[in-house]
Amino acid sequence: MTATVNRRGFLKAGAATAGGLLVSFYLPEQSKLSAATTSAKLNAFVHVSTDDTVTLFIHKAEMGQGTVTSLSMLLAEELECDWGKIRTEFPGVSTEYGPYQGVFGSQSIRTSWMPLRRAGATAREMLIQAAAQQWNVDKSRCRAEKGWIVNTGTNARLSYGSLADAASKIPAPSNITLKDPAQFRLIGRPTKRLDTADKVNGRATFGLDVRLPGMLHAVVERSPVFGGKVASFDAGKTKTIPGVKDVIQISNGVAVVAENTWSAMEGRRVLKVQWDEGAIASINSTGISKNFAEYSQRTGAVARKTGDAASALQTAAKKVEAVYETPFLAHAPMEPLNCVAHVRADACEIWASTQGQSAAQEEGVRITGFPAEKVKVYTEFMGGGFGRRARGDYVAEAVEVSKAIGAPVQVTWSREDDLQQDFYRPAAYGRFTAGLDADGWPTALTARLICSPFGGLSNGVARTGVEGVVDLLYGVPNILVDYHALDPGIPVSYWRSVGYSQNTFFLESFIDEVAQAGGKDPLELRLRLLQNAPRLKAVLELAADQAGWGKPLPAGHGRGISVVNNIGSFTAQIAEASLDGGKLRVHRVVCAVDCGYAVNPSGIDQQIRSGIVFGLSALKGGITIDRGRVQQQNFHQYDVLRMEEMPKVEVHVLATPNSPGGIGEASTPGIVPAVANAIFAATGKRIRRLPVSAEELA
Amino acid sequence: MASVRFTLNGKSQTVDAAPAMPLLWVLRDQLGLTGTKFGCGMSLCGACTVHINGQPVRSCVTPISTVAGKTVVTIEGLSANASHPIQQAWVEQDVPQCGYCQSGQIMTASALLAKTAHPSDADIDEAMHGNICRCGTYDTIRSAIHRAAEIARAEGGRR
Repeated sequence: MTATVNRRGFLKAGAATAGGLLVSFYLPEQSKLSAATTSAKLNAFVHVSTDDTVTLFIHKAEMGQGTVTSLSMLLAEELECDWGKIRTEFPGVSTEYGPYQGVFGSQSIRTSWMPLRRAGATAREMLIQAAAQQWNVDKSRCRAEKGWIVNTGTNARLSYGSLADAASKIPAPSNITLKDPAQFRLIGRPTKRLDTADKVNGRATFGLDVRLPGMLHAVVERSPVFGGKVASFDAGKTKTIPGVKDVIQISNGVAVVAENTWSAMEGRRVLKVQWDEGAIASINSTGISKNFAEYSQRTGAVARKTGDAASALQTAAKKVEAVYETPFLAHAPMEPLNCVAHVRADACEIWASTQGQSAAQEEGVRITGFPAEKVKVYTEFMGGGFGRRARGDYVAEAVEVSKAIGAPVQVTWSREDDLQQDFYRPAAYGRFTAGLDADGWPTALTARLICSPFGGLSNGVARTGVEGVVDLLYGVPNILVDYHALDPGIPVSYWRSVGYSQNTFFLESFIDEVAQAGGKDPLELRLRLLQNAPRLKAVLELAADQAGWGKPLPAGHGRGISVVNNIGSFTAQIAEASLDGGKLRVHRVVCAVDCGYAVNPSGIDQQIRSGIVFGLSALKGGITIDRGRVQQQNFHQYDVLRMEEMPKVEVHVLATPNSPGGIGEASTPGIVPAVANAIFAATGKRIRRLPVSAEELA
Repeated sequence: MASVRFTLNGKSQTVDAAPAMPLLWVLRDQLGLTGTKFGCGMSLCGACTVHINGQPVRSCVTPISTVAGKTVVTIEGLSANASHPIQQAWVEQDVPQCGYCQSGQIMTASALLAKTAHPSDADIDEAMHGNICRCGTYDTIRSAIHRAAEIARAEGGRR
């Protein structure tokens, strides 16, 4: 049987398969772990127990993207272990797992493809050498097979468990050979998730499910205006609420600590805080939009210059111009942010559903002043992340509160906190111009992009603000892309697919407008412009073929295209949509993706669907600002896709022998423009501003 | 504080809690049943769904005082060994991704199946409308509900 547990889940279950390394020092179940079997460490990723159980250490984190399963496949493939006898565990933060642990940028497979296969192969080689020594034969006479080393001369067999201790004492060989992909048994085969069983019976432990002896619960009242500070507070009424234990000021606001979450929330409801609202208490979304429009008339920092777009525009037979705008977006993972911390005199422990284990440790170090080895991070399952959980702000709060009260504490965010205290996808604006020749083909394209910068500026350009346009693969001879870093002071950060999410909407909508202006079919134009981008062209051809591009549709329906090359993968989508009594309906989406070597095709299928649903929500929802405050409070005001709006999705994976690309963010950017282009095809109405408003479609 | 007695997952249960405290927090913080999830606190997302007297109910807005004398079933008590047809179908079709909303999805879907043995797509839309999934498992949930109906019919036939 397989099991996927995080460290705490494992300890809570009290399973007796762990050796010394796995025994933690904080839980009462500790005594149960020292009995029965022992476990030997072959390397940082592979431990083998005397009962033949193989523990694979997944140094990344699981937010639904299937990393536990796909990384296990990489290890198990080369290790030649029995897939039915593996278990997985999230280890702590360690330099053994690289300089910075976390899951972001759809990088897990890309950065693990070789290292984890090597780790699996190294462990396999050590087991082979241990068997060869025991049999006193040359290791060339031994082969690994499904958890056994087989003596090819005698057909004798030794199990991995029986060899584990001896193998762990053999120096790790450096000259290992990886398997020929033609020999793969796991990689490339649709493989079921390892974490499903615990996710259908309530047993999976998410961050919010961590329970420790003596643990208190806290909620935090934060400034309603970004950047505001506590001027004063009155906790008189709060302290009268049964169960409330303490009210303390922390960096982010005022924390109410109680025996349970409800008491803490009730205490917060009657807490009175006076805020020094700071510098942005007068800004609003209308003003931000107005600024965008003003800046779009001025030259920005040049992000790409190919040929001479200005001259080409002057001599063009026809010009096309369009302006697009997108709002701030929240991440809104289903599990509200939370963290458990326990700060003691000389050590700090952090239990977090986090995309950034190293970031969590850094926060612990910063606040406690302890050295990194005294700050332990336990990785819990995440109830979604989408970029939000790469930040350490919510971890810092728990560490601060625990340090102040000297007890383990869980800080829980409400949904209102989540929507109002996010680091948002920036609101963005794009002004596009194209020049067409007399035959209607584009000769020049300019794009001016404006949004809050993050992730660093280089020559005035934030990569996160221009990606998706600056790296376009269309063969237009003259291209100019420039950028304005316009920061109204609203916190922004990585949101699933980052700059590609808005910029692909801009670019792919505009390419459709160019096709229309030039009298071209949107597919024909793209295929012609992608002649030197064979991987993107190939997925577009596949999607068009599978979608039946050009074939008749029901009255009122239209098809729209998008293509994108991000995270090392190539994706094309064709959406079929209509306006049904003024309501936008997406009926069908065909998505073709080339992500190189497809490690787990069923995981890829899940992630493509997932990215499409996430992107579709961007048609509906938006965060707006008034007096420096977010206006949306909960899901009734921040609308996300629901069951009855889910289109039929067909995923086609185009297998190519390239190194694996990412997948978690591949389909999010393209779905919005594919739908917008479909609505144009169906109705002649062009969506240039999100979220889609009823007035615009009327 | 009030003492409230009810039936929880087949056993009699008494809790002492503020009468207004939602069942969700009694389950999670007082009784240690963390399978029922907090998502919005306003009955908007469905993550906290449990069965009360067989009906799917949002535990985040259900004061504990209103549960007195009633029968509550949570994800932990839906079946022994995840053997409910919905759970079987969920495993068979690998429905969960992050998994956080799935307790609520499963409790809502199992209530639907108890009421409607052959749910149509429209029945599923109506029943599941209030359960948000941000990972986008909606289409797999739909097909798994249809599959669970088949499993339930086959099991019914065997009985």
